[in-house]
Amino acid sequence: MGIVTLFVVSLIIFSAIEYLPGDFAKNILGQAATEETTAAFRRELGLDQPAVLRYGQWIAAVVQGDLGTSFSGRNASGVDRSRQVMDLIAPRLRNTLFLASLAAVVAVPLSLLLGISTALYRNSFYDRSVNMTTLTTISFPEFFVAYILILFLASLYPVFPSLANVDAETPLGERFYRAALPALTLTLVIVAHMMRMTRAAIINLLASPYIQMARLSGASPTEVILKHALPNAWAPIATVIAFNLAYLVVGVVVVEVVFVYPGIGQLMVDAVASRDIPVVQGCALIFAMTYIILNLIADIIGIITNPRLLHPK
Amino acid sequence: MSKRTKKGDVLLSIKGLKIQGFSDEKWHNIINGIDLTLHAGEVLGLIGESGAGKSTLGLAAMGYTQPGCRITEGEIIFDGVDLAKLTDGEKRKFWGTRMTYVAQSAAAAFNPARRLIVQTTASTIRAGIKDQSSAYEDAQQLYDVLNLPDPENIGERYPHQVSGGQLQRVMTAMAMSPRPDLLVFDEPTTALDVTTQVEVLASMRSIVEEFNTAAIYITHDLAVVAQMADVIKVLRYGNEVEEAPTRQMLSAPQQEYTKSLWSVRSLEKPQKLVKDSVLSLKGINAGYGAAKVLNNVNIEVPKGSTVAVVGESGSGKSTAARVITGLLPQMSGSVQFNGEGLPPALADRSKDQKRRIQMIYQMADTAMNPRQTVSEIIGRPLEFYLGMRGSKKTQRITDLLEMIELDASFMQRLPGELSGGQKQRICIARALAAEPDFIICDEVTSALDQIVQEGILKLLLRLQEELGLTYLFITHDISTVNAIADQVVVMNQGEVVEQGLKTEVFQPPHPEYTELLLSSVPEMDPDWLTNLIAKRPQ
Repeated sequence: MGIVTLFVVSLIIFSAIEYLPGDFAKNILGQAATEETTAAFRRELGLDQPAVLRYGQWIAAVVQGDLGTSFSGRNASGVDRSRQVMDLIAPRLRNTLFLASLAAVVAVPLSLLLGISTALYRNSFYDRSVNMTTLTTISFPEFFVAYILILFLASLYPVFPSLANVDAETPLGERFYRAALPALTLTLVIVAHMMRMTRAAIINLLASPYIQMARLSGASPTEVILKHALPNAWAPIATVIAFNLAYLVVGVVVVEVVFVYPGIGQLMVDAVASRDIPVVQGCALIFAMTYIILNLIADIIGIITNPRLLHPK
Repeated sequence: MSKRTKKGDVLLSIKGLKIQGFSDEKWHNIINGIDLTLHAGEVLGLIGESGAGKSTLGLAAMGYTQPGCRITEGEIIFDGVDLAKLTDGEKRKFWGTRMTYVAQSAAAAFNPARRLIVQTTASTIRAGIKDQSSAYEDAQQLYDVLNLPDPENIGERYPHQVSGGQLQRVMTAMAMSPRPDLLVFDEPTTALDVTTQVEVLASMRSIVEEFNTAAIYITHDLAVVAQMADVIKVLRYGNEVEEAPTRQMLSAPQQEYTKSLWSVRSLEKPQKLVKDSVLSLKGINAGYGAAKVLNNVNIEVPKGSTVAVVGESGSGKSTAARVITGLLPQMSGSVQFNGEGLPPALADRSKDQKRRIQMIYQMADTAMNPRQTVSEIIGRPLEFYLGMRGSKKTQRITDLLEMIELDASFMQRLPGELSGGQKQRICIARALAAEPDFIICDEVTSALDQIVQEGILKLLLRLQEELGLTYLFITHDISTVNAIADQVVVMNQGEVVEQGLKTEVFQPPHPEYTELLLSSVPEMDPDWLTNLIAKRPQ
């Protein structure tokens, strides 16, 4: 199922890029280039061939793990300083995954904890203030949250650096330090969604007859939530967590730009700007894969936490 | 015998209890000052229609009020402690240990994610009454006493892996596990088939007797409460109507309301014999995917009469209705209507064929669009089938409302503004609007109180008389069959066991299954269950 989805996505990516306005060859060679040079350059890149054929070649290479060669670094003179798309993407992807994991490690337990505790003390002052705070953070655009954090934690009280430019040589400890502000920004952005879903999924179950039954058999409110409601609420919670984790990988370009963090989002935006088709396609494919894999995991969690599916009659 | 109380002592005494519920932005009285006394080892039956406050009172006996309700006055003295004055934390010391609860739908009241034995013993272990191994051992013994199959291992299963009747007994075991002083049964057999109900009732009664536990038994079914209770209290609109020992209450009810409750069961239609069939099912086989539900079903429905299809859940009676309406095309066999074969699939039937067969459902609530007014609901088939518009349509809606004994002021109401009986009447009017010959009534009175049921049944009979309608009446309730049917079809496991005139089917000798079904219908005689258990081979 995931494979089929991925295939369909690859088709969509390819055709979308096909209709992207502009042309790499013209972009590189400039307005002054003659028709002949442009045509020759296009031939060299294989852009003169029909789209169907190019898609076939691309997808055949992709299934073998080869995302192709970047357009940039080439020019009409014949000197080829281009790099493999894989080599371009790999370090960026590592950075993105590092940032995403950092944010996730903080955000997921935090939102579960907040979700469960607000469900437990629902409609209390605590519940209201947590809801209000998280709603506020999600309501502001990411860059605004990012700049506010920079203002307070980098400028006024310089705890963390405002620039998160890391490279392959940056030691691990330093990476944590530099990625702190972007991670914090992302955490603030995604906590609200996950926390509110956790809270809603649990409260939704509190009206069930078995919850009343649990209360009438003397279970304390904490026990009711943790032992009776939560085990039945994992499926919707897992779905929302998967969605947000996917966002951490594919949707963070704005945050990356604000903090000058070399992630995969920036790479893709640059590639789109320069019409570097193989890179754009590679990035898009990785994004799609991230979504599919995370949703698959969420589905699996949904199944293993559902005794009806796990223990058939 | 309980450690804490002796038989005959007052265990629970409720005085002047008033409970309010919050809805429509207002507080309403649910219980208006009720007194109740329960002695140790005694079973009190609470009976009344829905909205009488019987569940609320039963829960209040445990000091529990549902969210959105509050106790405004009165005291609930349990073994010398006023539960009304305690906090939830203090009441939890009683819940699940000294007082336990058996809920209406065991399927919904068990946590789907936890094994049965874990749930059975949770409060016993939490309260430290027994350690885990002895609580498990005791639970297995209780399963055995309650006649559950494979008592050693059934506890390892999850709720969805056992049947409804078994779950209800597991829940009784759960309630018994801590050996409580007080057990509250809240309509524990309402969701069960009659044949299952008998077994569950018998095991509940024997276990309550064995441990001499005091119990409050809430139900709307008089015959059931007659088997279970020592004393019966009748409630209506949150007030007590009367209270008396069971035998006295059954033989000589004092209040008019109680008498009217008793009389509903005596409604009986004189049967008539008609030869011409309007609809006949011939050799129907049908099912869902690979699962075959109907096996060579033949049913004849004579014109202008009522054929009642009786059977337990899973017997295929609703599937037969789905085949007739075309919602589930049969695999083989044919449906003859007015002498012509109906196309199996709904999509292949002509508008006229569709119009002639109409259906009324069990849950009137969900069978109507909550956003449409009564006139839209009834007007739709008028427009669709008969092409009526404007004032002609309005006039027809008014006539139809009159037919179902409602007036034109109902036209602009939404389903949410109607009572249960009124909703079912609107559904009947909607079916009538199409001017059908044949109406399938699928458990149309099951969700209604007995007095409302009687009204609906009388209405259906009158309409049959006036319009010459034919009914296929699906039900599991034998007294409903008595009230409305000319002919009876008994179904079991997708096959027709017996069919014929009501008197023939209800007269012995019966096929084995019909015998089981008929003998399982509770009777008002308080000795009925005792006699039945004595008669049946174990």
